[in-house]
Amino acid sequence: MLPKFWRKIRSRYNLIGSHCENCGSYFYPPRNICPKCRRKGKVREVQFSGYGKVLSWSVVHDGVENFWLSKPYIVALIELDEGAKIVAPLDCNPDEVREGMRVKAVFRKFGEDGEDGIIYYGTKFVPV
Amino acid sequence: MRRVAIIGVGCSKFGELWDMGFRDIVISAGIEALEDAGLEGREIEAVYAGNMSAGRYIGQEHIASLIADYSGLAELHVPCVRVEAGDASGGVALRQAYMAVASGMHDVVIAAGAEKVTDVPNAMEILSSSADVEWEVFNGANLPALYAMIARMHMKRFGTKEEDLAMVSVKNHKNATLNPKAMFRREISLETALNSPYVAEPLKLFDCAPICDGASVVILASEEVARRYTDTPIYIKACTQASDYMALHSRRDVTTMDAVVFASREAYRIAKIEPKDVDFAEVHDSFTIAEIIAYEDLGFAKKGEGAKLIREGVTALDGDLPVNTSGGLKAFGHAVGATGIRQAVEIALQLRGDAGKRQVDGEIGLSLNIGGTGATAVVTIFSR
Ligand SMILES: [Zn+2]
Repeated sequence: MLPKFWRKIRSRYNLIGSHCENCGSYFYPPRNICPKCRRKGKVREVQFSGYGKVLSWSVVHDGVENFWLSKPYIVALIELDEGAKIVAPLDCNPDEVREGMRVKAVFRKFGEDGEDGIIYYGTKFVPV
Repeated sequence: MRRVAIIGVGCSKFGELWDMGFRDIVISAGIEALEDAGLEGREIEAVYAGNMSAGRYIGQEHIASLIADYSGLAELHVPCVRVEAGDASGGVALRQAYMAVASGMHDVVIAAGAEKVTDVPNAMEILSSSADVEWEVFNGANLPALYAMIARMHMKRFGTKEEDLAMVSVKNHKNATLNPKAMFRREISLETALNSPYVAEPLKLFDCAPICDGASVVILASEEVARRYTDTPIYIKACTQASDYMALHSRRDVTTMDAVVFASREAYRIAKIEPKDVDFAEVHDSFTIAEIIAYEDLGFAKKGEGAKLIREGVTALDGDLPVNTSGGLKAFGHAVGATGIRQAVEIALQLRGDAGKRQVDGEIGLSLNIGGTGATAVVTIFSR
């Protein structure tokens, strides 16, 4: 998990994605080639505002065995205000989640891995 | 392109096969297929094997040659190709084998699918790598969670209910009671399905197909060669494949699998039929919501109206369009890379009239094999 995690750390920490200046599409995670324009695309890096709304979600009881998610956890499909969509953990009470609920990205400590105590950070979402 | 026929089928038992290794499972399906086709073995010109993750499941790669070896083909030195496309590996292997015969390159080939998953404790984690590991699974969205988000949106948008999902599970379990090779051969009640614990809300234990061990084999031949071996060749009228964005969140519409729409449209065009001409189907019910969405994306129902087919019994064994007569992935078992071939076996048995107590009437059968949440779809249309 280590190198795979650290390589993408800029976009995990800062919610950096891509914007195609040719067609106006936004993407997360970042991509090098616009799938709408391909060769004609002009893809630039973009920093998302971090605000968006919940499109769908699940309270996961039997989920990913992972050092930073204790079950049950909520995972949500979120549409960012810029238009890109993202799947991310949602930090709130399961009873308060609603379709269309406004959420914002927060920089959170995900957890510590093993005895070496390497601390991972990443993006979770919370209700606005 | 030449017409291609299935001349023999074989399938191992599906389930937690503790006393069988990968090779044993493959051989049990392979021998059955060779006997069914009446082949000695020497006629085989190539092997295409669907397998998702032998490296992680059993620590063995290079499994296409291994399959040929343990099927007794080593000294024939035939080319063996392993195909991987998540849990659509079997369907893609079938298509590769189909193209090899249709093109005229080979006359008789084996299309196999096999997976041995019960030697490791994390079978679902491995299957979930058919979704986007870095941007979905790492964030907590394994396959059940992703299909759960699909289900919730389908429910909200179209009024599909948890009862509808449960009914898919009940139907497929009922069909499996009539299938000797199915993993679960017991009926379940609607209450049992509805009262089972949540895995990823709104999906419950009985909405999720069990990942299991199993292997399936079909033998394909050109039309001319097929006539020498069988009086009941089953023709592949079309075998199409489509892809889509890897991650669910990148797709146009979470409640539609565009890969299924594209592959099926193309298959109908090639086979010169319409959705209404399909008499029965095997679809990829890795999660119950996937079967309901398949009804829509294959054109059996309008978008949003898939649940009607299960409510009205249309897709029951005695309905107008029986779906998953085998028991489906839910009750027959989901042996990952074997599933796409296993579906072809069921359709061939049905079209030949060899499906025993679960026999349905029909001239045209369709199978749908999906990888992950729909980044790969394979649609195959079969006829007598
Ligand atoms: Zn563009």
